[in-house]
Amino acid sequence: MLYFSRLKVLSIISIIFIGIYFFLPNISFLGNNKFFSEKKINLGLDLQGGSYLLLEIDSEPLIMQRLQTKSLEIRRALREKNIQYKDFNFTGKSLFFNYEIKQKNNIDQLLNEKSINSNIKTGGKEFEILYENNLVKLIFTKENLNLIKKNALDQSIEIVRNRIDELGTKEPNIITRGLDRILVELPGLKDPSAIKTLLGKTAKLTLRFVANSGNESSLGVESLSSNSTGAKYIVEKRIIISGEHLIDAQPGFDQLSNASVVNFKLDNIGSRKFALASKENIGRYLAIVLDKDVVSSPVIREAIVTGSGQISGNFTTQEANELAILLRAGALPAPLNIIEERSVGPDLGKESIEKGVLSLIIGFLLVMIYMIYNYKIFGIFSNISLLTNLIIIAGVLSLFGATLTLPGIAGIILTVGMAVDSNVLIYERIKEELKIEKNNLIAFDTAYKKVLTTILDSNITTLIAAFVLYYMGSGPVKGFAITLGVGIISTFFTTYVFGRLLVSKYIKKNKEKIIII
Amino acid sequence: MKFYNKKFNFLKFKKLFLILSLVFFFLSIIVFLTKGLNLGVDFKGGTVIEMKLSEPYSSEKIRKSLLKINLGDVSVKEFGSDREFLATIEKKGKNNNFVGSIKKHLEKDLNKKFDFRRVEVVGSKISKELTRDGIYSVVLALFLMLLYIWFRFEWQFSLGSILALLHDVIITIGAFSLVGFEFNLSIVAAILTIVGYSMNDTVVIYDRIREFLKIDDKQNIEELINDAINSTLSRTLKTSTTTLLALISIYLFGGEILKGFSFALIWGVLIGTYSSIFVAAPILVYFKVKRNWEEVVDNTP
Repeated sequence: MLYFSRLKVLSIISIIFIGIYFFLPNISFLGNNKFFSEKKINLGLDLQGGSYLLLEIDSEPLIMQRLQTKSLEIRRALREKNIQYKDFNFTGKSLFFNYEIKQKNNIDQLLNEKSINSNIKTGGKEFEILYENNLVKLIFTKENLNLIKKNALDQSIEIVRNRIDELGTKEPNIITRGLDRILVELPGLKDPSAIKTLLGKTAKLTLRFVANSGNESSLGVESLSSNSTGAKYIVEKRIIISGEHLIDAQPGFDQLSNASVVNFKLDNIGSRKFALASKENIGRYLAIVLDKDVVSSPVIREAIVTGSGQISGNFTTQEANELAILLRAGALPAPLNIIEERSVGPDLGKESIEKGVLSLIIGFLLVMIYMIYNYKIFGIFSNISLLTNLIIIAGVLSLFGATLTLPGIAGIILTVGMAVDSNVLIYERIKEELKIEKNNLIAFDTAYKKVLTTILDSNITTLIAAFVLYYMGSGPVKGFAITLGVGIISTFFTTYVFGRLLVSKYIKKNKEKIIII
Repeated sequence: MKFYNKKFNFLKFKKLFLILSLVFFFLSIIVFLTKGLNLGVDFKGGTVIEMKLSEPYSSEKIRKSLLKINLGDVSVKEFGSDREFLATIEKKGKNNNFVGSIKKHLEKDLNKKFDFRRVEVVGSKISKELTRDGIYSVVLALFLMLLYIWFRFEWQFSLGSILALLHDVIITIGAFSLVGFEFNLSIVAAILTIVGYSMNDTVVIYDRIREFLKIDDKQNIEELINDAINSTLSRTLKTSTTTLLALISIYLFGGEILKGFSFALIWGVLIGTYSSIFVAAPILVYFKVKRNWEEVVDNTP
């Protein structure tokens, strides 16, 4: 146990140097040196400040929409084939209608046609068909629902990215989570409220006409109101143009009133449609509707052929700015709800890191003093291996670009405790062995041999806990698990391997001396 | 076998200690069932806001102001100094600008500038998932450790160590319930760490018991276990002391956020050390531990 071949010594020393090499870029004045790797330990949002937002897509309206279009398709197909049906309706995730029993074969054939019930890429069909007496039920399959969610998610993540980029946040991290969630991490952000407001709107823009008086009760209109003034409008459901025809939107000021406005430009198709509609409806009121909010309702004085327009609606400059961003970034397919938010201000993060590091240093010093008090020269060996341990942990964390969080610092402190435990185990064992064995070399050798199983057993059990925490835990718990896991492995190396090397060098020089621990 | 200095007879009162532990175990369950845990937003859902003012202020005034807008249950306490406060709010708000509107209300109502330094909003769906994951992770960790000890030792050891761990976990939860400290995600991490630490302690003693069993299979089991505890005692105490030194420094200097976490760990180290010596080891006396640990030599030609 005390014999180390040259090769072994060399590999131990190289491992330590590799650790040091990857650790050094974290020291600020070495960070930009070309000699070192660019990888550094990332600070978690709790340490550098920032926001963590978990968004969930509200897919219900989308599923409703799909059901609606599907029902139109099927009804058209049924009419084309002259198949009688009654009470066509839909709820939740299924469509249903009544039919005449004698038509069952025809219906079954129709509903199984590929154009009606198409195949889903991921397997399965769009819907399942259930017959109950003279009722037929079409239930959307899980694959279909998942596909709807996935499409919405793919579309949404792009738009979320656009909107956040527009605000100029540095290095946002935007990824999907599961089927219907988007995780947004915004490091260094001081106040997330602007982004939260931006993400909260689907921002579906439509231009429609306010209904002529007298038409209020007819089917093609709906009652909407303005959020800013509270005024009510009866608006036609028919859409002249919608947001997808926008090619640009910029905040600006109205030349006459100097009020904040948003200027927009339409694409060719949009311009033509708008020109036509405005020409035929001079004198009527237009409703500019964002989601369910009538933002403004200007009167059409002349045909608008330039394809550009202006939205004015008692905006503050900031509101105009936000609206322009929303219009440029595009509409979300479905509303996004923030289901989890964790934000830390940058000054609190700085305070946390100062306190965390302070407690780390104090804890570390206390442990070092205690070890020297207990084990004299061996305490110094233990402290050298402990310092090496910290450097290697930092090196490994940098190499993997891991994120250091506050619980992560706690994990490192715990590792310090565990590392000391290994050393205590070793030295206590050596004490015992020295009582029965006079030959230093043999006593140390047996002690290291005997203590190995104990160290392995105890480290492996803790490693099990760290792994479970890593895989099951979320956020803060994960950060803790990473440093604990890395720490345990590095601890084994620094205490049992590197520490043993130090001790063996010392023992070989002091073979004859009476060693008292 | 005289290479250790026998000092204490830990097993003399083993029944007393086991009964004591059992009493605390069941008391903890009773406290937990009647009083419940002070669940944090991680597990209950809701909003937590850490706020700072430029001058000392009263938590009661902030609370009264928050109660004016409909937020459900609200509690406000000082957090580190008399200028910093932590508000826990039952509601999480459907509107994405929920937190902003709270800030606006406070600043208008109390005519003070509020700096929201930390905000956590957890929806009920997420809190359910976090609760589920938390329970799963503790159970899974216990189960895997049980398997490992079984694989490395014997089922008696495995059973003994798991009983000791359950003892630690339940009594820690009981203590949290009794004191009313907030129980959140980092406390689950702390409990798992306690599990690891206590297991570590137990393994060291068990290892020694196994070693003694290999050397001598005639010695009275009670004496043998006591010898094992005594010969590892100085290690147990020194390790606990160093770990406590590190943890106490986090508790005192690590800031307000790490307080609950380090409290749980300090408690865990104490109870883990106790349970290894007074629960995990003595309980082996009652299980029939395998005496013959001699390596089986295969003599068949």
